[in-house]
Amino acid sequence: MNAKLLVCALFWPLAAMAQGFAGLGGSADGFDVPQPEYQFEFPADHGPHPSYRIEWWYLTANLTGEDGRDYGIQWTLFRSALKPFETASWQSPQIWMGHAALTTPERHFFAERLSRGGIGQAGVTADPFEAWIDEWRMAGPTLQTLTLTANGADFGYDLNLSASGPLVFHGENGFSVKSADGQASYYYSQPGYAVQGTLHLPDGDVAVTGSGWLDREWSSQPLAADQSGWDWFSLSFEDGDKLMAFRLRGGRGDYTSATWINADGSSRSLPDGSVIFTPLETSRVADRDVPTDWRVSIPGEDLDIRVRAQNSQAWMGTRFQYWEGPVTVSGSHNGRGYLEMTGY
Amino acid sequence: MTRTVIQALWSHWRWHRIQLATLLIGIALATGLWSAVQAINAEARASYARANQQLALGQMAMLRHPSGHISLDTYVNLRRAGWQVAAVLEGRYRVGDRSVLLTGVDLVSYPPLPAVTRLEQEEAPPDPATMLTAPGRLLAPPDLVPMLQDQPDLPPAIASTALPPNVVLTDIGVAETLLNKPGEISRLAILPDQPRGIAPLSQVAPELNRQPPSNSVDTTRLTDSFHLNLSAFGLLSFAVGLFIVHGTVGLAFAQRRGMVSSLRAMGVPMGTLSRIILAELVGLALIGGSMGLLLGFFLAGALLPDVAATLRGLYGAPVDGQLQLRSGWVLTGLGMSIAGTLAASGYALWRLGRMPVLSGPGLQAWRGRSTRAVVTGLAGVGLALGGVVIFLLFDGLVAGFALMAGILTGSALLLPLVLSSILHLCAGRARDPVRQWVLADMQAQLPGLSLALMALLLALAANIGVGTMVSSFRLTFVGWLDQRLMAELYITAKDSDQGLEIETWLTPRVDAVLPIRNVELDHPTGPLFLYGVVDHATYRDNWPLVAAVPDVWTKVLADGAILINEQLARRADLWPGDSIALNADHTLAIAGVYSDYGNPTGQGIVSMDLFGRIAPNAENRRFGIRIAPERVDELAADLQNRFDLDPGAIIRQAAVKAQSMAIFEKTFVVTSALNILTLGVAGFAILTSLLTLWTQRLPQVAPVWAMGLTLSHLSKLELARSMVLAFLTACLALPLGLALAWILLAVINVEAFGWRLPMHLFPSSWVQLMLWTLVAAALAAALPAWRLRRVPPADLLRVFANER
Repeated sequence: MNAKLLVCALFWPLAAMAQGFAGLGGSADGFDVPQPEYQFEFPADHGPHPSYRIEWWYLTANLTGEDGRDYGIQWTLFRSALKPFETASWQSPQIWMGHAALTTPERHFFAERLSRGGIGQAGVTADPFEAWIDEWRMAGPTLQTLTLTANGADFGYDLNLSASGPLVFHGENGFSVKSADGQASYYYSQPGYAVQGTLHLPDGDVAVTGSGWLDREWSSQPLAADQSGWDWFSLSFEDGDKLMAFRLRGGRGDYTSATWINADGSSRSLPDGSVIFTPLETSRVADRDVPTDWRVSIPGEDLDIRVRAQNSQAWMGTRFQYWEGPVTVSGSHNGRGYLEMTGY
Repeated sequence: MTRTVIQALWSHWRWHRIQLATLLIGIALATGLWSAVQAINAEARASYARANQQLALGQMAMLRHPSGHISLDTYVNLRRAGWQVAAVLEGRYRVGDRSVLLTGVDLVSYPPLPAVTRLEQEEAPPDPATMLTAPGRLLAPPDLVPMLQDQPDLPPAIASTALPPNVVLTDIGVAETLLNKPGEISRLAILPDQPRGIAPLSQVAPELNRQPPSNSVDTTRLTDSFHLNLSAFGLLSFAVGLFIVHGTVGLAFAQRRGMVSSLRAMGVPMGTLSRIILAELVGLALIGGSMGLLLGFFLAGALLPDVAATLRGLYGAPVDGQLQLRSGWVLTGLGMSIAGTLAASGYALWRLGRMPVLSGPGLQAWRGRSTRAVVTGLAGVGLALGGVVIFLLFDGLVAGFALMAGILTGSALLLPLVLSSILHLCAGRARDPVRQWVLADMQAQLPGLSLALMALLLALAANIGVGTMVSSFRLTFVGWLDQRLMAELYITAKDSDQGLEIETWLTPRVDAVLPIRNVELDHPTGPLFLYGVVDHATYRDNWPLVAAVPDVWTKVLADGAILINEQLARRADLWPGDSIALNADHTLAIAGVYSDYGNPTGQGIVSMDLFGRIAPNAENRRFGIRIAPERVDELAADLQNRFDLDPGAIIRQAAVKAQSMAIFEKTFVVTSALNILTLGVAGFAILTSLLTLWTQRLPQVAPVWAMGLTLSHLSKLELARSMVLAFLTACLALPLGLALAWILLAVINVEAFGWRLPMHLFPSSWVQLMLWTLVAAALAAALPAWRLRRVPPADLLRVFANER
């Protein structure tokens, strides 16, 4: 199926914006809309929520090879509902899209898979936990212990992940507001996986170890009408603290949000305006200028860091295109992490 | 000043309206036939391209199950093993009294389809949810949409011009509901990009067969032969039309000499005059070209359904019977008409520019001895020799075309010299003074008529050449069908088990059951399909061999030799006496080569025993059955009931032959229509030349009339003169046409398609063509002859008074 149709299907808020009708109310089409004070239930909420428009299982990992080099991997499963229900046949209105990427200091490999729900080609089960599309799998017995695999034409990886810390809930107990108008999603993470396994590269296999971060998010209207894209950071510092911070770029100004995660897993949300994002330098990627060198500061937390892409060419040339790659952190805090930028 | 010049120039056309009409008709005919052919070709090519892209049939290998359907579980298993395949569910669907091919594609995983791409490029693309979820949408060619919309139980239909004829495209989820085949898949397309390290098919889904990409490319190659013929006709008609333009413009310029002299004497610079005349020519070319496009459009519209039927039937190439106005051939058509008009009038314009200001208006002086027969004749010999030399030095299709072009144009240029020599020879023997005069007069007219006669020569040669090729093809093809389709009935069982069952059941009931087993092998020249045959008189007596060793069948059936098809033989240069390596264990002696028209791939035939050793696992589900023709229907019905076979699984020989013959007759309609048209154009060229010559005719005829020949006699001689010249040209066209046919059959066909067709001669059609030529020449001369008969004696007397 073609790019634009899918982008419409998968990223309806952006598509709706492009078509000029703002504020598509989720409930008007029969979709549920996130509400504050939601009581998460696990493991059920690790599974899909077909009555919401969009949902993802988003894993990134910063890895170091036995060769001493830095690597990054991404494994993402998106779900996009054309209608708010699921049925077990080709008639299923649930569309699944997988993105996998492997970033080395010099190269960026990526692959994409598409499937519809209802026939078993792609999906997620909560207990035991398994998320899959084609032969790509992220499976546990539980979300704390996962095996992860994906393959493209010229790359692949097989990794084992185990998490010790608790889940982290963003915003107000997992109700993450995305705009001043109140658009929101349910959003939680497992930011503390220890990772080990093997990367398959054209030149041969590389054994790696490192750390991984899983984001879970679902919603029916995550963006406001004027918002054109986002810059999203997930950073792990050497002292064990972590930071999730994003900026949604909008015609009426930016909307920022962040969660400071302590080494013990406890966390606190930082409201709109707490984080200052300053692009320092852009790189020419896929015929456009993308900021790949950032200054991020949070005056209230004594954080003033420089975030630089390990490989500035980490462009996901998929149907819905964006930049996603590993970054190095220096300044008041040192560490590694992942950066995602859309709408450039 | 410019205005005055334009008025003066235009006054010429006002006084010579027939001339103007002739010129425009000449341009229109040239452009019309050319663009008709271009339109047909463009339409056909667009149809192939659409069909190929739309369902990507040509580009992707397919997975199929012997039973005809694949389960959803198999699909999911393949996907979960990493295989990137796209599900397709197909079936016939009846809409009213029509049956369409409903193709359901998994629109989520299928690669971009033109119909879908185009749909979403529209201003308001449909919501993907409506495409993918109930009731869904149908994409259909525009002609099907109203019919589909009339059906209340069908999803809404959207017109798409990016679909092949008679195909309705929809999501697989919609198709399974409409076709009532829930969870079924007809075939799986193997997508181009597969991930690393996937398990082999034999582990994941051993029950599926992998089919290589269908031979769409080869369809193109086959149909190219057809388009080649059409293009040759188109180009030839164009050239013939230009002869008319050349003749008319030459005459008009000659008649305008006085006017041009006057204008220049009045102070109009030659540059200005030339530019205005150039603009005038371009304007005329545009008007004539537009008329031609209109003509071409209607002509193509009339011919296209037949062409489409031919291509569909002959090669299975999907072609719409409907014509669209495509900017491609409209623009090239107009461009060709302008370029052609300028090329045809360039010489006249050049001479006009070099004319001395004060030169007299004499026509004879204008005509002069500009082209001497000997010089053009030598140029002709040079061109023909050049073509031969290129052909001898270089291989390939282009060299073949160079040979053809060289010989055709060379012969045309040689024509005036040959005709002049013949007339000279006759004049030497003529004793009767009237005959002597007629021959000398013809000799004198030859330079003025030679271009028209060249056009006639080319038209006739093309007629004979292409006609011979098509008829030879037909005869050979029909003969070959007779030989190859020997069995009265052909059966395809669902699988090898059922095949065995059918074979056992049939054996006591029929004269012979001939199993047809085949396997695809790799050969350096491409895929090679190996067939096994049993020993039967059917093969020994009938199989069409083009080369063989003695006792060929004994060698094949008993001694383990192989027969290969002509394509493989020519491609790999393997002939009887050579040997061919099929795989590491089997290198076989070649005992013979057989003709195999219409098949692009290499093929071989061995005995069934040997075949069993080379490919023990090949399926055994196809059979040819020998039976008395009158029992065919009864047996077919029995088989169908007993074994629950699809109607398509039982094929009657008679039906195949009848279909093939019908297709060929259609081909003939197209070819003969073009034949008559080119001949008509050539006849028209003669008419314009004669009209051109008419202006100087009276001074030549008047002395003869004064010596006592009646006008009636003279006009008869006028007719006879034209017919004799046409007859002589036709006689010369015959060997040229046969040479052309030989080049087409023995050079072009071999280079382009890998098989050589035997040449058959059709003298009766030559006689027919000769008669048509004489009729055309007589018609062309009728108007001048009629005018001559009606010339008032006073006009003839005035010739003497005017001292010429």
